[in-house]
Amino acid sequence: MSFSAILFYVFAVILLASAVRVVIMQHPVHAAMALAQTLFTMAAIWITLGAEFLGLALVVIYVGAVMVLFLFVVMMLDARQQKWTPRWQRHLVPAVILGAVMLVEIALLIMRGVKMKDTTMPVASASMENTRELGKLLFGQYLYSLELIAVLLLVGMIAAIVLTHRQNRFAKRQDPAEQVAVTRESRLRVVSMAAETEAPEQSTAEPSPEKEGGQ
Amino acid sequence: MPGLEPTLLHYLLLAAALLVISLVGIIANRRNVLVLLMAVELVLLAANLNFVAFSVYYHDLSGQVMTAFVLATAATESAIGLALLILLFRRRGTIAVQTLDVLKG
Repeated sequence: MSFSAILFYVFAVILLASAVRVVIMQHPVHAAMALAQTLFTMAAIWITLGAEFLGLALVVIYVGAVMVLFLFVVMMLDARQQKWTPRWQRHLVPAVILGAVMLVEIALLIMRGVKMKDTTMPVASASMENTRELGKLLFGQYLYSLELIAVLLLVGMIAAIVLTHRQNRFAKRQDPAEQVAVTRESRLRVVSMAAETEAPEQSTAEPSPEKEGGQ
Repeated sequence: MPGLEPTLLHYLLLAAALLVISLVGIIANRRNVLVLLMAVELVLLAANLNFVAFSVYYHDLSGQVMTAFVLATAATESAIGLALLILLFRRRGTIAVQTLDVLKG
């Protein structure tokens, strides 16, 4: 058995074991750590396959960014307040049976159904051209898709911000919708009233002081 | 029947095992929406392993380009999912799956 074969089996065992740990761990922080381990091992498998760029991107994006996001959310949800009741109830046995049947089906399909004569993987080339060739494809043939993905990321970012944004009660702000919807009646009120007339001449020369101040 | 040396079939079987583990986790999980999101990430990762294995097997890098796109989509999905999770926690005070039965008749 070659060295790369040994590497594959070691990584595969670690990958599956940490995936199981993601599913069964009681505390979400432990599950997140197991997920980080799974992603890291998957990156190692991709790099041994020859997909270096994707392996490194997986480490940077997922282990670096998405896992931090998960841990932030665990922090915001205040895990101590949650009651961690036992997770496995009556759904475990049907789920495991379903999964076993599914796995057997997929394995049969793969081992019996694949008609390719030679399924040996080509040896990863040592020339490290993977990133360059991937870049040529991404910014050439798939440029439009790349831009669409960029727009998708932007939309996702805006959606996440809008969803979690909490209105500050004390902030003064203008609401453009209200400004546009304003009518003349809400700004100016025309009151019909009797016309002011000259006060009739009084016989006493001294006008009352409060009347002076009021005018 | 695959031999001992890793071939394409080994990678496909590994991806299938990862998919089944995470699907069982999704079905049996009754407690935590957060772990549900992590299991969804694992499903996408299994699909990505298929893409990469076939890409290397056929010497065609388009599969790896698709993997990059799936990675970006999965990152967006987890960001929005976590935002929804925070909204859920604010409104209900819990993220346990078994409490989310408003639509149950």
